[in-house]
Amino acid sequence: MLELDRLSKTYATGDTALSQVSFEVPAGQVVGLIGPSGAGKSTLIRCINRLVEPSGGKVILSGTNLVTLRGNALRRARRRIGMIFQEYALVERLTVMENVLSGRLGYVPAWRSFLRRYSPEDVAKAFSLLEQVGLSDHFNKRADALSGGQRQRVGIARALEQDPELLLVDEPTASLDPKTSRQIMRLIGSACRKRNLPAIINIHDVLLAQQFTDRIIGLKAGEVVFDGKPEALTDQVLTRIYGDEDWTRMRGEENAGEESQPPTVDLAEGL
Amino acid sequence: MTSTSAPVWHYRTPKQTLLRWLGWFSLVALTVFSWQLMNENTIWAFVSDAPEQAADIGDRMFPPAWGYTGQLWQPLWDTINIATLGTLLGVLFAVPVAFLAASNTTPSTRFVRPLALLVIVASRSINSLIWALLLVAIIGPGLLAGIIAIGLRSIGFVAKLLYEAIEEIDTSQVEAVRATGASGAQVIDYAIVPQILPAFWGISVFRWDINIRESTILGLVGAGGLGIQLNASLATLAWNQVAMIFVVILFTVVVSEWVSAKVRQAVI
Amino acid sequence: MAVQSYPGRWKRPPVLLTNPFWRRAIYTGALVYLVLALQSVEIDWQRVWLGLDRGWKFIEGFLVPDFTTRWRDIREGLVESLTMTLTSTVAGILVSVPIGIGAARNLAPAPIYLVCRSIITLSRSFQEVIIAILLVAMFGFGPFAGFLTLSFATIGFLSKLLAEDIEECDRSQIEAIRATGAGWWQVVNYAVQPQVMPRLVGLSLYRLDINFRESAVIGIVGAGGIGATLNTAIDRYEYDSAGAILIIIIAIVLVVEYSSSWIRRWVQ
Repeated sequence: MLELDRLSKTYATGDTALSQVSFEVPAGQVVGLIGPSGAGKSTLIRCINRLVEPSGGKVILSGTNLVTLRGNALRRARRRIGMIFQEYALVERLTVMENVLSGRLGYVPAWRSFLRRYSPEDVAKAFSLLEQVGLSDHFNKRADALSGGQRQRVGIARALEQDPELLLVDEPTASLDPKTSRQIMRLIGSACRKRNLPAIINIHDVLLAQQFTDRIIGLKAGEVVFDGKPEALTDQVLTRIYGDEDWTRMRGEENAGEESQPPTVDLAEGL
Repeated sequence: MTSTSAPVWHYRTPKQTLLRWLGWFSLVALTVFSWQLMNENTIWAFVSDAPEQAADIGDRMFPPAWGYTGQLWQPLWDTINIATLGTLLGVLFAVPVAFLAASNTTPSTRFVRPLALLVIVASRSINSLIWALLLVAIIGPGLLAGIIAIGLRSIGFVAKLLYEAIEEIDTSQVEAVRATGASGAQVIDYAIVPQILPAFWGISVFRWDINIRESTILGLVGAGGLGIQLNASLATLAWNQVAMIFVVILFTVVVSEWVSAKVRQAVI
Repeated sequence: MAVQSYPGRWKRPPVLLTNPFWRRAIYTGALVYLVLALQSVEIDWQRVWLGLDRGWKFIEGFLVPDFTTRWRDIREGLVESLTMTLTSTVAGILVSVPIGIGAARNLAPAPIYLVCRSIITLSRSFQEVIIAILLVAMFGFGPFAGFLTLSFATIGFLSKLLAEDIEECDRSQIEAIRATGAGWWQVVNYAVQPQVMPRLVGLSLYRLDINFRESAVIGIVGAGGIGATLNTAIDRYEYDSAGAILIIIIAIVLVVEYSSSWIRRWVQ
């Protein structure tokens, strides 16, 4: 379980990115984090695993406050949190297998990772995860030889290889086409359900968020302005988060487009 | 009159024009002044008979002393060894210096980084021939002085290009590896090294190619290789031997350039 | 679903040399070469031991340099080096621009292209020091031979890079200017010049830096400049004066580097 308690972040430039953000995420819940660009979504996610240093408040994961950790303790905390990135952030010149195995870096000593000598369990787990994301045949390819959707699947496998207690997902679909986006979202959702894993997904696409998450948190100028079920996301709420816009038209068009899509068989369905 | 209100197009504003003229004028003036200062002691009689001298030397160079080649294999082997071992030595030291100098990997921007940059500048400013001159005086003539001279000069070159490559890496990949809980050494191993490896090989081979050229002349000051033969032939005014040495140097340089181009193609 | 077992071992596949025979052959070859090369280095440990003392003196001389004793020689050498650097760079640029244009495939007709390319190859094949040796033999000792050497070396460097730049020019801009009915000179002036000018300025400043560093070397073979002073100082074992000269060289290189980055920003 994750608990945020009055988490704040003010950058050195004086910009306040987060002010007093508090909420709880119980095990197995997939939370969609929405809000306009610059609302602090990215900062919020990065404050949880301390890629960005929060300037105040607490982040409590299974009873430990992560904000005060340093050195090895911080490493051990980070390895419990899997992260999936916008634009995949794979190490392009390493093989797919190395990218997945890099999820174990927080567990193994440096000499082992340097020699690429991971324990049989780690390797077997990596093979199993690659099969689950539908990339069994690609493990020896270099990451930059894959397509966008395939790369994001490797990113998911890397995060799951960590045996995480929490999944942080930063704009997973920002550079993917609509069909691949849906596949990726479905994959993340089913992975969380299978492992009873809580997740925070920072996402721009409101419709995707509504469809694939259990709860929506709306962020505006660093403050939580909405927290509730996806169904409760009415036009008024959207206006509160994003400002004035003709929301009905957005829904209308997108829904029309969706119906024309052919049904797809998705490897991830059985995850 | 309507013509007064029509806008007049100027290529540059008057102030810009003035500044430009001033800049060019001072450059020309400085060059002319330098020219005069430089040639204060030049004996123009020597300069004017240069064509005759050139013709004379050219005459003596042909035909090159083909039979002299037999004595050049050993120095050529030495030259290649100086360049290769010197490059290895330089690269060995350049890698840590580069990591200390790159602003995103240095342990301290205030103390360590300026020190690493100073090492780079000192090494880059001083030509390998000068290093060789010093080292021959210190540890005596021979290959070792040449190898160390090449190594010292290479540190700055390799480290400078490498630290620029390190500073240009994609930070999102570093962030992703850091987020898995990796330690500092693991972040370097998994996120930084893969990104700079092609640059590293390219730079090293490029420097090796340059070092082959430089090591052909180190013998002039006694640091081994073809230069020793060159020095001896020049001292006895055996221009046909000099010409032969030039042929060997030219051949070696062309081959090393070809090798370096091939290797760079393969790694990138 | 049946429990499936996955392999517990994975080995990183070789990236570069995929053929196992060639991989082994190249690794063995490299190892054998390394052993042979290291064996060719004969180290006279006694001489090195004796030299350590001198090495320490040199480091002392570097830390406590003596600028005053040989100041007259140093100043003379410095003036020669600096004037040589400026005049040779200016002369080099003046000659390189036409040669560079002539060596650009998209602007020059075939015969001119070949002539210019061979000039460039000739200039690039030989070390500055070797050219200096020849020119000193022809023009006599002193900075004039040095000036010619550096100008010649500048041509090879600048023309090649300029030609490559011109060849990489945006074709559509050239076509657009040509379409207005412009002649060859107008095309060069309006379509090519604006595209290559900033880089030409940058390269010229970079070459100025290189020429200064080289001017410190060619003095060793008699072509004037600070190198001659340095050579004498080392020959006389005056390491404190040598240290002073090296510090001056490093300082000037630093100044040139900083001011050139400043000028480049100002030009763009």
